[in-house]
Amino acid sequence: MFFCPEIFKSMHTYKFSLKKFIYSFVIVLLIWYGFTTSFEPTELITGILISLIIAYISVKNFNCCDPILMMPSHILHFIKYFFVFIGALIKANLDVAHRVLSPELPINPGIVTFKTKLTNEFAKMILANSITLTPGTLTIDIIKNNFYVHWIDVTTEDPEKVYKEIAEPFEKILLKIYN
Amino acid sequence: MEIIHEILKYIGLAFILIGSIFLFLGALGIYRMPDLYNRLQAGTKASTLGAMSVILGVGLLQPFWLIKLIIIIIFIGFANPLSSHALARASYRAGIKPCCEKEIDFYGKAVEKQLKKIKKNYKT
Amino acid sequence: MDIIIYIALTLIALSSLLSFVRFVKGPTAADRAIALDTLSVIGIAGIVLLGYLFKRYIYIDLALVYAVLGFIGIIVIARFIEKAL
Repeated sequence: MFFCPEIFKSMHTYKFSLKKFIYSFVIVLLIWYGFTTSFEPTELITGILISLIIAYISVKNFNCCDPILMMPSHILHFIKYFFVFIGALIKANLDVAHRVLSPELPINPGIVTFKTKLTNEFAKMILANSITLTPGTLTIDIIKNNFYVHWIDVTTEDPEKVYKEIAEPFEKILLKIYN
Repeated sequence: MEIIHEILKYIGLAFILIGSIFLFLGALGIYRMPDLYNRLQAGTKASTLGAMSVILGVGLLQPFWLIKLIIIIIFIGFANPLSSHALARASYRAGIKPCCEKEIDFYGKAVEKQLKKIKKNYKT
Repeated sequence: MDIIIYIALTLIALSSLLSFVRFVKGPTAADRAIALDTLSVIGIAGIVLLGYLFKRYIYIDLALVYAVLGFIGIIVIARFIEKAL
């Protein structure tokens, strides 16, 4: 009943563009070669067939990697994002270690919400993944622009303050890349 | 050349040790935490960093395998938070509420609203 | 220096045991799915380490396939718990 009937509806109304199809086909083929890392003819033919099918099914949702993102300034932003993310990941793990090893389990959980300014779906996914891997937070759902986050140690309920505390360092960089 | 290989070996062993300690902490969190969502938090973070670190350590010990190992690391970094998000969403919608005394919950109302809308669209 | 790898393998075995206890004990189906997810990630790390210990490249392919299959399995289980499948 809840299996997204919109997907099947939009299959007929979607306007097919060849340029985007070829671009997504190349990206899917690159991912295939990343997974197999071999250049035998049988694998090549199988890879081309499978990536044709996958690219045909998923062109309309394909919005992750525009060619504009390969500009040097954007790549610099990606590198900066990577370092911020690695720092947050290590901090999160030390936090988890502290919570798990202390005998009385210091937790105070709750589900909070905040609004995001991002519009691109792929950017939203990156932000949600980063929030999941940073200290004490876990993204439960995204409904339109609202993120719902399970927080292990709730200090505020106000969406603005929550946004400042959880998402600001990541979203600042993502806004520069995707807008 | 020999010296570089030796240094890489020790760094790789350190990565493997740290990663396995974090994997153990993640499993301990899965065992000890009182509630589904807290278990998910501890498990996801610690096991992601632990597995990434162990795999990177093996890559430093065997530099010829590094490309494929980095592909595995990237895949784990994308897939593990996604699966934990899917599990949290599914278990909330299946009716498992957060356990503890002081309850702050903004998500329940949004889910109810969305379900009502879907039911209305489904009837018409 | 193989002793460090043996220590790491022991820790991995202990952690898989702990999450297996949760897998048996867990009050709801979702708890069991979480334990299964963690078990699969621990298993990937263990397979890669064993591949280094035995010096076999095929273990890396095995770990990659196991990662992909574990991810798809968890997504399917989540859809099933949500009663949307």
